[in-house]
Formats: sequence, structure tokens, C-alpha cells
Amino acid sequence: MAEKMALAKAVNESLRKALEADPKVLIMGEDVGKLGGVFRVTDGLQKDFGEERVIDTPLAESGIVGTAIGLALRGYRPVVEIQFDGFVFPAYDQIVTQLAKMHARSLGKVKLPVVVRIPYGGGIGAVEHHSESPEALFAHVAGLKIVSPSNSSDAYWMMQQAIQSDDPVIFFEPKRRYWDKAEVNTEAIPGPLHKAQVVRAGTDLTLAAYGPMVKLCQEVADAAAEEGRSLEVLDLRSVSPLDFDSIQASVEKTRRLVVVHEAPVFFGSGAEIAARITERCFYHLEAPVLRVGGYHAPYPPARLEEEYLPGLDRVLDAVDRALAY
Amino acid sequence: MTVESTAARKPRRSAGTKKSPSTKPELVQLLTPEGKRVKHAENAVYDKYVADITPEDLRGLYRDMVLTRRFDAEATSLQRQGELGLWASLLGQEAAQIGSGRALRDDDYVFPTYREHGVAWCRGVDPTNLLGMFRGVNNGGWDPNSNNFQLYTIVIGSQTLHATGYAMGVAKDGTDSAVIAYFGDGASSQGDVAEAFTFSAVYNAPVVFFCQNNQWAISEPTEKQTRVPLYQRAQGFGFPGVRVDGNDVLACLAVTKWALERARSGEGPTLVEAYTYRMGAHTTSDDPTRYRGDEERLAWEAKDPILRLRQYLESANHADEGFFAELEAESEALGRRVREAVRAMPDPDHFAIFENAYADGHALVDEERAQFAAYQASFADAEGGK
Ligand SMILES: Cc1ncc(C[n+]2csc(CCOP(=O)(O)OP(=O)(O)O)c2C)c(N)n1
Ligand SMILES: [Mg+2]
Repeated sequence: MAEKMALAKAVNESLRKALEADPKVLIMGEDVGKLGGVFRVTDGLQKDFGEERVIDTPLAESGIVGTAIGLALRGYRPVVEIQFDGFVFPAYDQIVTQLAKMHARSLGKVKLPVVVRIPYGGGIGAVEHHSESPEALFAHVAGLKIVSPSNSSDAYWMMQQAIQSDDPVIFFEPKRRYWDKAEVNTEAIPGPLHKAQVVRAGTDLTLAAYGPMVKLCQEVADAAAEEGRSLEVLDLRSVSPLDFDSIQASVEKTRRLVVVHEAPVFFGSGAEIAARITERCFYHLEAPVLRVGGYHAPYPPARLEEEYLPGLDRVLDAVDRALAY
Repeated sequence: MTVESTAARKPRRSAGTKKSPSTKPELVQLLTPEGKRVKHAENAVYDKYVADITPEDLRGLYRDMVLTRRFDAEATSLQRQGELGLWASLLGQEAAQIGSGRALRDDDYVFPTYREHGVAWCRGVDPTNLLGMFRGVNNGGWDPNSNNFQLYTIVIGSQTLHATGYAMGVAKDGTDSAVIAYFGDGASSQGDVAEAFTFSAVYNAPVVFFCQNNQWAISEPTEKQTRVPLYQRAQGFGFPGVRVDGNDVLACLAVTKWALERARSGEGPTLVEAYTYRMGAHTTSDDPTRYRGDEERLAWEAKDPILRLRQYLESANHADEGFFAELEAESEALGRRVREAVRAMPDPDHFAIFENAYADGHALVDEERAQFAAYQASFADAEGGK
């Protein structure tokens, strides 16, 4: 059934389907019950599945992830919510030292199918700690898979696949796109979770992005088209693993690559992409791989975030610079 | 074995529905909700801290609460008007904050959450400075050292450890200053708070943990955080805990003074649980109708902290009509001043993004700042050229 729904609603529907399909699936987090989460992503789920399966936890992120690990060891499939990006850090220890490593340490005997949902990114005019993009801090850790949908359909299907994954998945939800509506076909067979998708074909340059920046890149491509430039937009969807084959295929065609993310550029996912694509496509590249992202500064107060975040002009500027080579 | 397996198959009671033990914990109260001064023998230890309080002091506490509430209401409406991005109201918690805030000495140091507008008031932080972060022009807005009032902390519980460390420093320095850490009922679940309790106990740090149990952590009632009254947690860490009527400004003042004196005299940490109520939404983004009914709020309205002191002031003839009228005018003037100050608050300079990222500078920040400047200048050129 195809239906237009907001991205937040798509996650909600996907969680609902998972709760229906598998009695081992649990939802845990702060305010996920009656309130339905601060973004209403879990709206109505506690009412329909009860407090045993949709669990309002104490206010303690290390506790949330740590107990999710225990529940997973016992055969459950917890989907935990971290209320905002900036509040994942009390759980960082559990995620990095335990969640990521237990499968390896047990020589494969133990699986931890835990999904950690994190609404992330800026652009909503929030106060401190509510607008960050910490994906690189997790991508650096082996044992974790990291994905970020850019649209409702992917939000729905990628959540299904994340819950089915036997590896822990950090599921970064682009909070500024929560209210964006798009078609979701709940019967379509989805492609692989960690595969990038060309969302707009082009010939002159590739824009690679994930999560909230995909929509921006599509707008950039529109603007560039008016100037007669044909940009390809690649929705990476997964940050770990990264689909280098798809990026390579695109770059071999367009010969230029600009990577866009909200997270700081310094040691960001764009750096990894730039390095690997330079290795893979050295003789195809007409320009260095450029990156557009946040600065090496704390996320600024709301009235400065427009200056801090990659916007249409900043990405176009990078496109111009890449095309000037 | 059989017994065990039967037990194992029995449906367990949902964690959320089981009630806490019913033993009613004692609550230090010096003013009843009707505004009657009460003197219980078991309160004597606290009562002595307000024994010589003057009518003028009492009027001062009343004024603090009224002005704080006025400021808070103004901020809420400024948010509604779009002047602030968000506001976390302290409505209902004035007594807890003013009582504890007025117990402090200037050389004491405060570690607040994001809701301590009343404490900030007591410390002499200009209320308009509190609004910068809620307007989105800065992430702080005042110098923590000028009023010994740390910046607001949004990450729940973190500041309790900072307070503990600061108190450890105070103790090392051999002064008799004290430190107070504010936090909420929800925060009591955080590991950081448990670690703060541990460190402060082990190092006998001169710190007061002031927990405002306002019954809610966004949509979660206190039962989701604890099975014992929060003040009882202290005992397990090795220091005393007291529950005080958080809507009784006198009791909050007295109990906090008592706890601070313990800190000053080398007796280490104390946990004060101020039992109060968040009368409004969690923040202006919240919709409490989704998770709580009106009855609870109405019951707490009858215990209003301001009303209670007013009744006492009137019945004891400690304040006349003139005082209340003057305060009303002062209140309006404060509202006006705050409104005007917020509307006049300029947006920050774009380059503020790069300022103060480091104390000693950083090459990459300099480089990115220069790139940013060149990028911005390219628009000026383009516009100038048109
Ligand atoms: C580490 C962390 N997790 C989650 C949040 C989101 N959050 C903000 S306030 C709040 C509830 C706090 O409740 P409580 O400690 O009782 O303080 P109150 O707001 O009632 O004053 C939550 C969950 C946060 N700020 N920090
Ligand atoms: Mg609370």
C-alpha cells in the first residue's frame, strides 16, 4: 500500500509493524510512552502494545543502552530512543565498549540486535545539545552499523531492516525532515540497507550526502541545472558501511565529487570518502574531492546556525570550485 | 524446583504500576499551605535558622518570589510571541528556589540546571541575561564567576559532578564556602548524579545537593525514577537526606541553611529534596495534556508558594496594602524591562561562531574563520557589483 506520510510517521509505522511482527521487539526510552516521544515518533505505540513492550525508562542513557544490551542477550530486540543527539554521550561508553564489541569478544556466539535511534542534526532553532551530528564519533568504532534515511520511504524500510539486523545499528533520524511528507510503499521490496541510491542522475559532478543534506543537495542540483550544470545526487543512506562502489561508479562518470554533511568537516565522514575515492578514482578525478560541512567549533546558538550549516549557497560555492579545476 | 518454575511462569507485575512503599515520609514544613507558622519539636533543628527572621526579611522573600514569577511569565509570553525559541518555566517552584537561593552567602557557588531562574535572581544575575540562550543568541550569557552562578546545564545531571569537584577544591583551599548543586527528580536517575554522591561522600565535599522533585521529568512521573523517596537515597551513600516542603519558602530557607552550615563546618554533603510541583509544561515545546490530568495541578494550586506566604504576611500584619501595591508596580516594571531588553537583543555577529572555541587558539579554527570571511565577502562583492 502506497501512502504519503511524514518521515516521523513513517518511523512510527515501521516500529508498529515490527512490534506486531515480532514479540521480542521492544521500544525503550525517555518519554516514549504516553507522550509518544518529544517528536511523537512512538505516538500511540504504548497504548496499543502496552507498557511491557513500549517502555518509559528512567532518565539515564547509559542505563537505557546498557539494559538494552542485557535484553538483547536474553533474546529481545530492543529499539531504544535517545531523545536528542547531544544526549547520547552518557551512553557512549556502553555503545563503544560493550555494544560494538560483544559479538567479536564472544567469538560470534553472542548477537546484539539493538537499534539506537537518534534524532540528529540542526536547523530547528533549538537550544544547545539539540542540533548536533555526531555520526563520525560512532563510525570510527568497528562493530557498529550506522545509517541515516533522508526520506519517509527509506525511514520506513531502513528501520525494518535495522531491526532485523543482528548487528547493532545506530539509526540517525534527520529531525529537521521529520515533518516532510513522501510516498511510502509498505509492500515494496526494499533494496539492501547499506546501499547508496542515485536520487538524481547527472553528468558534471556528484553530490554525495545522507540524512538531512540529501534534500539540500537536490535543491542545489535544481539551482545548478538552471545554470546549465548537470549534478548527480547520491543518497548514501549508510555511513558504516559506506557504499564506496556506488560512489566510485558515480565519480567515474562525473569525475567530480562534493560531499555534504552537517557534521564538522574535520575528521568527518567526508574525509573518509575523500581519501578512499581519491585512491579508487585517482585517474578519473578532474578536481580534488571537496567537502561542505560544519566548522571546527561548538555548534552555535540558534541564531547563527544558518551560517554554520551547509546551505544552498555554500554547496553551490563548492560545486563552482570543483568545476573550476 | 516446581515452585520456582511456577513462579517463573507467573505474569510479573508491570514495573510501572507497582506503587512505592506506603510509609509516608516526613516533610519539613514551617508554613502550612494556609499560611500558618508551625513549630514542631522535630523541626527545631531547622527552625532555629529562621528563628530571628524579621518582617522585612519575609517581605523580601515574598518580593523575590513575586518578581521571579513575573519574570517567568514574561519569558513565557515572549516565547509565544516568537522572541524566544524556548522557555523552561519555573512556575510553582519559586519557594524552593528563593528559599535555597537566599540561604547562600556571596562566596558560595551555585551549579544550576536550566530552570533555576529564581536562584539566578537571588545571585544577582540580571534576568535578561538568562534569556540569551533561550532566544538563541548565545549558549550561556553571563560570567559564571561574577555572581558565583555557573552557566545553565542542559545535559541532565552533569553539573552535580562539577559542583562536587568545585567543593573538593573549596575544601582543599581551606575556606568555609559551600557549593550547591541543583537537579531534578528525573536527573536523580543519571549515573553522573550517583557518582557525584559517591565522590562527595568519599571526599567529604562541602556540597549541598538540592533536588527539586517537581513530580515530573517531562512526561514521566517520579515513580518511573525511584522506588524510595529520593531524599532517602543519601543514606546509602553515607550522608543525610531531608525532604522539605518545596512550596514553603521558610522551610526551604531553613533546611538549606542547615545543610550549608554542615558543609561549612566540615560535615560533608547533604541531600535536600524539595517536594514541589511543576505547575506548567516542561517547556514551551511540551504539551502536558498528553500525560497528566488537571486534578493533580489543581491540588497543588492550593499549596501555592506565593499565596501561602502572602497569607502569613497578612495574618501576622507584616505587610500592608502599600507594600503589595508597590510590588505590583515593580513587577510590571520588571516585565516591561525584560520585554524591551529581549526585543533589543541583537543577533550575534557571524564570526561569533569561531570565537572562544579554544583558550589558546587553534590553527584550523583560524583557517576556517578566514575561509568563512572570504566566503562572506564574496557576497558583498557580488552585491556591490550589481
Ligand atoms: C542527558 C540528557 N538526557 C535527556 C535530556 C532531555 N531532557 C531535558 S529535561 C528532561 C527531564 C528532566 O527532568 P528533571 O530532572 O525532573 O528536571 P525538570 O525538568 O523537571 O526540572 C529530559 C529528559 C537531557 N537534557 N539530557
Ligand atoms: Mg522534574
